[in-house]
Amino acid sequence: MAHTTKQKPRYHIAVFLAPAVIVYTAVMIYPLFNTLRLALFTEIDQQRVWVGLQNFRTLFGDAIWSDQFWNALGNNAWFFLIHMLVQNPIGVALAAILSSPRLRFSAFYRTAIFIPTILSFVIVGFAWKLILSPIWGIAPDMLDAIGLKFLYAPWLGKEEYALTTLSLVSVWQYVGIPMMLIYAALLSIPDEILEAGECDGITGMSAFFKIKLPLILPSIGIISILTFVANFNAFDLIYAAQGALAGPDFSTDILGTFMYRTFFGFQLQLGDPHMGSAIASAMFGVILIGVCIYLFGIQRRLRSYQF
Amino acid sequence: MSTLRKPAGTTIAAHAILITYTLIALFPVFVILINSFKTRRAIFREPLALPNADSFSLIGYQTVFNQGDFFLYFQNSMIVTVVSLTLILLFGAMAAFALAEYGFRGNTLMGLYLALGIMIPIRIGTVAILEMMVSTGLVNTLTALILVYTAQGLPLAVFILSEFMRGVSDDLKNAGRIDGLSEYQIFFRLVLPLVRPAMATVAVFNMIPIWNDLWFPLILAPAEEVKTLTLGSQVFIGQFVTDWNAVLSALSMAILPVMILYVIFSRQLIRGITSGAVK
Repeated sequence: MAHTTKQKPRYHIAVFLAPAVIVYTAVMIYPLFNTLRLALFTEIDQQRVWVGLQNFRTLFGDAIWSDQFWNALGNNAWFFLIHMLVQNPIGVALAAILSSPRLRFSAFYRTAIFIPTILSFVIVGFAWKLILSPIWGIAPDMLDAIGLKFLYAPWLGKEEYALTTLSLVSVWQYVGIPMMLIYAALLSIPDEILEAGECDGITGMSAFFKIKLPLILPSIGIISILTFVANFNAFDLIYAAQGALAGPDFSTDILGTFMYRTFFGFQLQLGDPHMGSAIASAMFGVILIGVCIYLFGIQRRLRSYQF
Repeated sequence: MSTLRKPAGTTIAAHAILITYTLIALFPVFVILINSFKTRRAIFREPLALPNADSFSLIGYQTVFNQGDFFLYFQNSMIVTVVSLTLILLFGAMAAFALAEYGFRGNTLMGLYLALGIMIPIRIGTVAILEMMVSTGLVNTLTALILVYTAQGLPLAVFILSEFMRGVSDDLKNAGRIDGLSEYQIFFRLVLPLVRPAMATVAVFNMIPIWNDLWFPLILAPAEEVKTLTLGSQVFIGQFVTDWNAVLSALSMAILPVMILYVIFSRQLIRGITSGAVK
C-alpha cells in the first residue's frame, strides 16, 4: 500500500463497497430479519398487531397447523435422506469411474450426465410426469419389455410412493453436482500417494476405499450441507409436478410448498403473511441448525489435506 | 503398462456403467423432443419411435405459437438474466476488490457479513421482499426480479472474486499508482482484465439458477407481460394438460435455450466447478 494514501481519507473504498452492500442489505439481509419480525405480528381488522410468539404457538400447538407442519418437515427429512442415500453414492461412484486415468470419452460422459442439472424443475417435473403417466404408458411398456410390468404403479398418484418418486426425480436431476465436485477432488489427489499405495499392494477397489475416499471426505461434507440447504428450501419440483397442494393428499408437501400456500394463499385458502413468516422462521431455524451441525460438528472432524 | 494396470474387463465395465447412466440422464429429454414432432396418435401408439414421414407433425408448435407469447417470455428471461449477471459481476468485483486490496478497519467483518448469504437462502425472506416490492411499486416489474437475483448472487461472487484478486500482483498495482492511475483506473484497467476467468466462472454459476427460477417470478412478477420463460411454460403447460402435442412442444421449446447456452458454456462451467472455485 502506498504511504501517501494512508493519510488521505480513502473514499474510494466506500465507493467500491457501496453498491454491493446496499443491494445485499436492502434486498436480502433486511427482508430476512423483517420476515423474522413479521412472524411476531398478526392482522386484526386490517391492522398489524403485535402478538409475540402467538403465531408459533398456533403453528406448533394448533392441530390443524402443527399436523401440516410436522407432515411437511417429515416429508422434507425423507426427501433429504433419499438425496443423501442415493444421489451422493451415485455421484461418488460416477466420479470415481470418470477419474480413472486414460478413460476415453470421459469429457463426453461428463457433459451428458450433467445435462439434467441445467434444466429447470418445471421441465423436469413435467417430463417425468408424462413419462410415468399411466395414460401415456412409456413406463409400463418399458417394464413390460423386461417382464416386470407387475411392478408398475401410477407412482406419482399414490400417496405411499409419490414423495419417494419425486425425490428420485430430483436425484436424477442433481446427480451432476456431486459427480463434478467429487471428480474435481479426486483429480487433485497427487499420483505419488496412489503410487505409494500401489507399492504396498493397494490397488483397484481397496485403493479407492482406503486412500481416495478418506481424502475426499471434506468434499462429501460440503456436498452434504449444500444438499441439505437446497432440500429444505426446495419448492419448484413439487409445485411443477403436483401443484401447490402437493398431492395426493399432501403426501408430497414440504416446507417450501407449505410456506407458499400459507403466505400467498391458494384456491380457497387466503394468504396470511404472518403465519407464512412464522413458517419461514421455522425453515430458517432448521437450516441454521443444519449449517451449525456441519460447521461445528462435522467440518472440524474432517481433516483437510493440502497437497 | 496400461494393460497391466487396467485389465480390459474393468475398462469395459466402466464404459458400460457410464453409458447406462448417460442413457438414464438423456432418455427423458430425448423422449420429449422426439414426441413433440409427432401427431397425437403416434405419440400414444409408439412413444419411443422416431417421427417419420407418416407421424411427423408440427401441430403442437403451432398451438404454442398461437396461444402463448413465448418470444416475450424469452425476452423477459433474457433481460432478467443478462442484467442480473452484469450487476452481480460489476458490484461483486468492486466489493471483492475493496476487500482484497485495502486493509481498512472492519474488513474481516465486512467479508463475513457478505458471506452470510452463501449459506442462507434468500427465499426465507420472501414475505418481506414481497411486502417491500408492493410498497415500492416494483411488483410485476422485471426490476424486482433483477434486484432479488443480484442480491442472491453477490455473496458467492464476492467470495470467489476476492480469492482471485488476492492473487493479482501488488507490483503491477503499485506501478500503476506510480504512473498516476487513480484507484478506480487501477480496478477497471488493471485488475478487472486479469480476473476475467474468475468472472466467467461466477457468471456461469449464476446464470442457470436465475434462468430456471420459478419461485420469484411466481410471487413477484406473475403478470403476463413480465413472465419469464420458466414461469410462462409452467402456466402454459398447466392450462394445456390434455393437449399433449402442445405440452410436449412447449417443453421442447423451454429446453432449447438452456441447451444452447449449455453447449456454448459447458466447458467454462465444468472448468469452473472442477477448478476448485467452490471450496
